[in-house]
Amino acid sequence: MLVTQVPTPPPVLQLSGICKRFSGVIALNDVALTIRAGEVMALIGENGAGKSTLVKTLTGIYQPDGGTIHLGGQAVKFTSPQEAMRAGITAVHQETVMFDELTVAENIYIGRQPTKGFPPRIDWELIESEAEKLFARLEVNLPVRARVKDLSVAQRHFVEIARALSQDARVVIMDEPTASLSQREIHELYRIIGQLRAAGTAVIFISHKFDEIFTVADRYTVLRDGCFVAEGALCDITETDLVSLMVGRAIHQTFPKLDVDIGTPLLEVESLCHPTEFDQVSFTLRQAEIVGFYGLVGAGRSEVMQALFGLSSNVTGTIKLNGQAITINSPNDAIAHGIAYVPEDRQHQGAHLSLPILHNITLPILSRIGFFLRGRRLQENAIARHFSEQLELKCSYLTQNVSELSGGNQQKVVLGKWLATNPKVIILDEPTKGIDIGSKAAVHRFISELVGRGLSVILVSSELPEVLGMADRVVVMHQGHIKKVFARAQATPENVVAAASGSELPSEEAAA
Amino acid sequence: MSQANQGIKAIFKQREALLAVLVVVMIGLVGLRAPVFVSPTSLANLLTDSTLLVMLALTQMFVIVTRGIDLSVASNLALSGMMAALLASKHPELPLAVVLLVAVAIGLLLGLINGWMIGYLELPPIVVTLGTMSVYRGLVFVLSGGAWVSSHQMPADFVAFPLGRLLGITHLVWIAAIVIALMWYLARYTRFGRDLYAIGNEPASARYVGIDSARRLFWTYGLSGAMAGLCGYLWVARYAVAYTEIAYGFEFTVIAACVIGGISIAGGSGTVAGAVLGSLFLAVINNALPIMKVSPFWQSALTGIIILTAVLINARGNSKGSRQILPLHLVNPSSSRSAA
Repeated sequence: MLVTQVPTPPPVLQLSGICKRFSGVIALNDVALTIRAGEVMALIGENGAGKSTLVKTLTGIYQPDGGTIHLGGQAVKFTSPQEAMRAGITAVHQETVMFDELTVAENIYIGRQPTKGFPPRIDWELIESEAEKLFARLEVNLPVRARVKDLSVAQRHFVEIARALSQDARVVIMDEPTASLSQREIHELYRIIGQLRAAGTAVIFISHKFDEIFTVADRYTVLRDGCFVAEGALCDITETDLVSLMVGRAIHQTFPKLDVDIGTPLLEVESLCHPTEFDQVSFTLRQAEIVGFYGLVGAGRSEVMQALFGLSSNVTGTIKLNGQAITINSPNDAIAHGIAYVPEDRQHQGAHLSLPILHNITLPILSRIGFFLRGRRLQENAIARHFSEQLELKCSYLTQNVSELSGGNQQKVVLGKWLATNPKVIILDEPTKGIDIGSKAAVHRFISELVGRGLSVILVSSELPEVLGMADRVVVMHQGHIKKVFARAQATPENVVAAASGSELPSEEAAA
Repeated sequence: MSQANQGIKAIFKQREALLAVLVVVMIGLVGLRAPVFVSPTSLANLLTDSTLLVMLALTQMFVIVTRGIDLSVASNLALSGMMAALLASKHPELPLAVVLLVAVAIGLLLGLINGWMIGYLELPPIVVTLGTMSVYRGLVFVLSGGAWVSSHQMPADFVAFPLGRLLGITHLVWIAAIVIALMWYLARYTRFGRDLYAIGNEPASARYVGIDSARRLFWTYGLSGAMAGLCGYLWVARYAVAYTEIAYGFEFTVIAACVIGGISIAGGSGTVAGAVLGSLFLAVINNALPIMKVSPFWQSALTGIIILTAVLINARGNSKGSRQILPLHLVNPSSSRSAA
């Protein structure tokens, strides 16, 4: 941490009153952000707090619906990413802007290669020597002729930082840059951030890890639910206060949590391991229980669920159902054992958008209905009607294509489809992501009804209120491991967020 | 597993060298069975025969590099070739250079129609070029009324040019050599060429770095069309006949040459050397098999098997791993990926 000088320089970047709406949903509401040259600003917030939207607004990918952006004292409007880049704002993304088949040097200068002579030819010597100079400045050893596809994640970040340097960027945004770096690489990154700061570049640093934030950043800005919450110097605040700023809210929504008798263990997972995605994952799901899986985006929750549903290879460990060890090598095995998985990406993995509702619902159970079309028509109709009524599906008729439905109703179709398989365990991966409040409530009610009927539910969600409101126990994952398991009573927002961030805050004893 | 991968990668890296060796070995083997095949005259003919394929494969390479495909090249070739033949037969007084330019201009125009729909209207390349493939082929019939333009209707210089010689080498070979040099320059030393690789690698990222993809695609298909126009004249003059079925199905030979040459159909990678060697490879096979008295049906099947093998090698080289979520420093070093 640097001691902030008393006569502070003027802000290099100032955002005020930024608003952004997506078809009625407010993503950013009156957000302010101020950053000075040579300062590292930590942008903090839960999943879905609006950090990524803000970054995309700053880098010209989205245009704000309201508010102003001042860069170096002048009001600016970016209509395209190039304009933001030319004005000196660059971002090092989680999903990097990289061209795998091109060399390191070319990636730095792509789209603006220097040329010489006539007819103009690209000056490769200049490009490569300039790239070498940039890496020498960063004190990073990287062969400029290597192809980017052969680089590690950290090395890709260095390429992007070099690109930012080559454009004399005034503001560099790093969106979770350490997400998959090793300890040594993280220290390398810290050193480079130090260099950027010394050169007078403003850095916006987005991270969920408090140790990192306190190590590299000077100031913080907290966002919550798309709103600006607080701003200040990191030397004036403690980790605990920061966590409560992030989550500090009463949970307004009420959840239709029913009191059901939780039964005996139904699904027992022991030491589930994957070479790169997760390690030593063990948990138990009991009859009529809802277990919530919380964690940061990319913590490995969906990957564990996909492994349980037979979608991954190279998975080791034991899975027991009703005390008996089972093997799941494919989704067919999982369905046969009564496990259903409702994936996160309903547009691509969940629903068949161009098929009618009817056929979506009966797709996984066609073999049970019968082979020949004629005989199964009525039965198919009956099944589809049953589930669409149960889920309060809003549609004109059951032969309507799923693509014509709203997001919430599409999700209901996907749920209905998996319920039709009559599962014992249903895994819901982000079931309310991107759907409106009314549909959310219907999905929540429905989850409660499911456990009322004796089903067990695994609820993977990045929405803290949803997990806390619905789950009997909360499993928190962090970097591919189970960090902690909280019983409902112990699962306070502070505890859960701290565990998900990998922080070792003193907290109440974790329940078994 | 990693060793096998390394092995495949090593082959993949030297793919052009491997192809070159294969071409030479094949010529040698066929020569053992049929010595006439390796006589200087026969090899020179083989070279001349392969030129049209080489040129078309080069521009098709750029199209494929952008994640596209141009199925209309052969129809475009037939249409511009037919128009050049009709023009030359109706106006024998026109200098050859004018006829040639007209053929190229027609090809360019037909290609730009593809490029406009694919670049600016953002229609899928396979659908657009499938459509224009039929349209252009249909127009050949409409224009010619289904009749042939045969050698006696064409001016003598028109027919003589492709096989005419300069320093003992046919004009066809000279033209192909110039085209290869130009395309190599385009791919390596121009913004245009480099942008195409960027577009094929990551279309969204290409937009972020300020590449005007629509304009690039427009001219990429234009280039493919112009080359089809040039080859249209050369084809008609070389074989001294123009008819509706000219180069029928040749687009697949062109695409096959690209695939064999290691140009990834998924876009983003491919070299000029690959396209040239892939074409030579196919040309050798197509010329050698009849000499070896292999039935035409087997020739077709063998070509197919070779294409599938090439695709298989491509796919193995590009297999993607799973996500890295576990912190790298905790991972067993033997299983961690190789950092360059």
